[in-house]
Amino acid sequence: MGMRHRLLTRSGLYAVLAVFVLFAAFPFLWMIITMFKADTDLYSPGNNPFLFNDPPTLKHIDLLFNDTAYKTFLLNSVLVGMAVVAITLALSFPAAYSLARLSGRWGEPLGIAIFLVYLVPPTLLFIPLSRVVANLGLQDSLWSLILVYPSFTVPFSTWLLMGFLKSLPRDIEEQALVDGYSRIGAIFRTVMPLALPGILTIIVFSFTLSMHEFIYALAFVSVSDHKTISVGVPTELVRGDVFFWQSLMAAAVIVAIPVAVVYSFFLDRLVAGFTLGAVKG
Amino acid sequence: MTIIEVRELTKQFGEVTAVDRISLRSGEGEFLVLLGPSGCGKTTLLRMIAGLERPSSGHVLIGGRIVNDLPPRARKIAMVFQSYALYPHMNVRDNIAFPLKAQGMPRREQLERIQWSASILGIDRYLNRKPRQLSGGERQRVALARALVREPSVFLLDEPLSNLDAKLRAMARDELQTLQRRIGITTIYVTHDQVEAMGMGDRIAVMYEGRLRQVGTPREIYDDPADTFVATFVGSPPMNLLERDDQLLGFRPEHLLPKDAVQFAPDALEVNFQVTRQEYLGADRLLYGVVSGLVEETKTISRLPSTISYPVQAGEKYDFVVRRGDVKMFDKRSGQRTAAEPAFLAGTR
Amino acid sequence: MKLTEAPARIRSFQVPYVLDREGLLGVAMLLPAVVYIVALVGFPLVLAIVYSLSDVTIGNQTIDFVGFRNFDAVIHDATFQKALKNTFIITVVSQALVLVLAKILALALSADFRGKAIVRFLILLPWTTPIALGAIGWLWMLDSTFSPIDWVLREVHLLGPGTLLGPDRNLVWLGRPNLAMASVIMVHTWRLLPLATVIMLAGLASIPQDIRDAAAVDGAGFWRQLFQITIPLMYPIMAIAVLFGIVFTFTDMTVVYILTRGGPVDSTQVLASWAFYKGIQGGDLAQGAAIALFLFPVLVGVAVLMLIFARRREIA
Repeated sequence: MGMRHRLLTRSGLYAVLAVFVLFAAFPFLWMIITMFKADTDLYSPGNNPFLFNDPPTLKHIDLLFNDTAYKTFLLNSVLVGMAVVAITLALSFPAAYSLARLSGRWGEPLGIAIFLVYLVPPTLLFIPLSRVVANLGLQDSLWSLILVYPSFTVPFSTWLLMGFLKSLPRDIEEQALVDGYSRIGAIFRTVMPLALPGILTIIVFSFTLSMHEFIYALAFVSVSDHKTISVGVPTELVRGDVFFWQSLMAAAVIVAIPVAVVYSFFLDRLVAGFTLGAVKG
Repeated sequence: MTIIEVRELTKQFGEVTAVDRISLRSGEGEFLVLLGPSGCGKTTLLRMIAGLERPSSGHVLIGGRIVNDLPPRARKIAMVFQSYALYPHMNVRDNIAFPLKAQGMPRREQLERIQWSASILGIDRYLNRKPRQLSGGERQRVALARALVREPSVFLLDEPLSNLDAKLRAMARDELQTLQRRIGITTIYVTHDQVEAMGMGDRIAVMYEGRLRQVGTPREIYDDPADTFVATFVGSPPMNLLERDDQLLGFRPEHLLPKDAVQFAPDALEVNFQVTRQEYLGADRLLYGVVSGLVEETKTISRLPSTISYPVQAGEKYDFVVRRGDVKMFDKRSGQRTAAEPAFLAGTR
Repeated sequence: MKLTEAPARIRSFQVPYVLDREGLLGVAMLLPAVVYIVALVGFPLVLAIVYSLSDVTIGNQTIDFVGFRNFDAVIHDATFQKALKNTFIITVVSQALVLVLAKILALALSADFRGKAIVRFLILLPWTTPIALGAIGWLWMLDSTFSPIDWVLREVHLLGPGTLLGPDRNLVWLGRPNLAMASVIMVHTWRLLPLATVIMLAGLASIPQDIRDAAAVDGAGFWRQLFQITIPLMYPIMAIAVLFGIVFTFTDMTVVYILTRGGPVDSTQVLASWAFYKGIQGGDLAQGAAIALFLFPVLVGVAVLMLIFARRREIA
């Protein structure tokens, strides 16, 4: 019975996994197939959608890159992402260090307070912020996004880094102090090199978060050339009533896959941040 | 040859007083041990000397100058942490070079110093390795080499041997002491291990609950404890303490010996010792039992060297004696040592 | 007897000792982030409240206070009531689904099997994709004419004339009110399952082996272990996962915006999308702000609950 039992549970396991993998990944499979389908194939209701009844084509990907503003959208997203990462690091690293090392009893409660800010959603703030942006003359400019995005990357990043820095042994910094450096010197020489994994996690997290953001981008930027991926693809790749599905799917897939790959590497640390340190990721 | 001194030094963490008005002065080139159980404040005291904690009140003086407001890097001290705090992302050479770089020393001079320091500690073959590739003992030596390389005037060591296993520890003790004697730097050494303290210290400062209980040479601490805490903390097994009226009689296990086995002066104290258990430890025997007659029945330990052959049986009573000079009197309530004489004559039951 | 500092050989450029005043340094390092957050989160929050109590529109910029008139109008608006109801339904149903599914998936993933890395990667995909783009993918998948799901259903004769799911050859996923709600719920579940799974997986891994061993010795089988030991020990983690999911779902407007634009006929509007419609597209900033503010009580409740559960982090 033991052997058969194990076989049953094994196949049960695989069955369960298969269902979930299907649920999660099927849309992407469908997107990838659609990308390469010829119009005549795609728009014939009788055809088996999973087969290439007409030969696959790169035409739509070509269209995406050459006939639309997709490249511009990508560029905009990357620019905004990089700027936001820089701002996030500049604000959250010192704050995290201060909370982890220099704040004594206030460190933990303040850290939690900052984390809770993360829970205030863009959908609550976007209306007043849209006026602030307009009044600052940043309407329709990428700078509006660069200014506002850190409001959701900084809280979580500070919290994450704070937990990470706390786990670094104090000894090493204190040794550096005794060995002849000031606090700042000690931070640069001992803390930063050791905090690299946490810093990389923040970079990945902030970059992808800015790339994913939708509502601020939708509310602040209406000029086509300044749109980011998240907003540009849904709004611009539709001409009139016609959806260029293949290109749309290509647009989505091209962004999704690389991000997923990178995310897989940094997952554990992100989870540690999310679980409020209740669990060591 | 710098002298370290603290005057009325106090540190409070909120409600808790970790260090309570301690005044202490080292000698020149002295190996001074801060001994006490965990939580007694010895590490906090060390950190205040280093400049890693700000005193709540009192002064720290190094070389006769008040250094309260100076950050660690300005105090010309070297410190070795319990964990050795080696920079994991640097190799051994760069670890040792670190303090020299902070001083702005030119690279060539750095390398000379590093070579000198590393060879004293016997680690010159490891200069290219990273800390994680070294054993515990090797890492400790790297930490010491790094401390030594600046030719500091003060050495602060926080339980540097507690991470080594027992066998290594004895050897490391020897090496450390030889090193200190050779270089002659004033050293403050924190430990909870009284064997280490007795073996290494020129003087020992015994601390408990933030206060200094006694400062003295190992012999003074052992033979003339200032209170019951020192008496029972130093020495293993601890000193026997027997209650009588409002006083405590104390004598060490090795001073409680069979009447028939040794010669005693007539004014020695005689007691009735009923053995409950004995432990054979090789070089000694420990007899666990109950003493009666002089005092109410009290659990007591006697230590017999293996050179005295005196067979005992569990449950039997024997006549044991303690020399008068070996009895220390303490006040029962305060625990302080009194000058009183054991007020009873030999033979009193 | 105070003397000057001991002459130490420090670096050639004198870094003033004021930088060692740790209190000062601590505040200085914390300040930029705090100022930023106050300016870009705190201030707009206050502004939102101010707007909701005024009659600001995109055209009329002056702030005149009108008391609770906006809230009054908003509450009595039928669409708002629908939106409020929808938001709760979508959130509760999707998160309940996520909770159960994530638990199952986490258990499955905690076993050892080949190809685990690939499976993990695939499971992660929904979350690592920009919400808008993932929604676009679903838009196509649920298309009223070309949905592959419909095709499969037709091939197995569950859809079409004379079959179980009705005479039409297509389930108009996004065009019929109930189906549209179901679709929105499905996409939210799809999107948040990875995050919840990963959090629970971490929670599972943190249950010490000792406890499992003790349970095995005590004779507990798989199911008993699951329900009497594993799940109870994971309450805090599960709570945190669900709370995050609630925040992300309750406040989201993207899925609805992309999939249905709130239709058909406002039947899938949620608070956030309705606020967007009224505030930005309709220009009535005050009403938009008032609608969005209804998100706040729920968020505060969630924050409090999260703190409570984070405190209970003693797993062993």
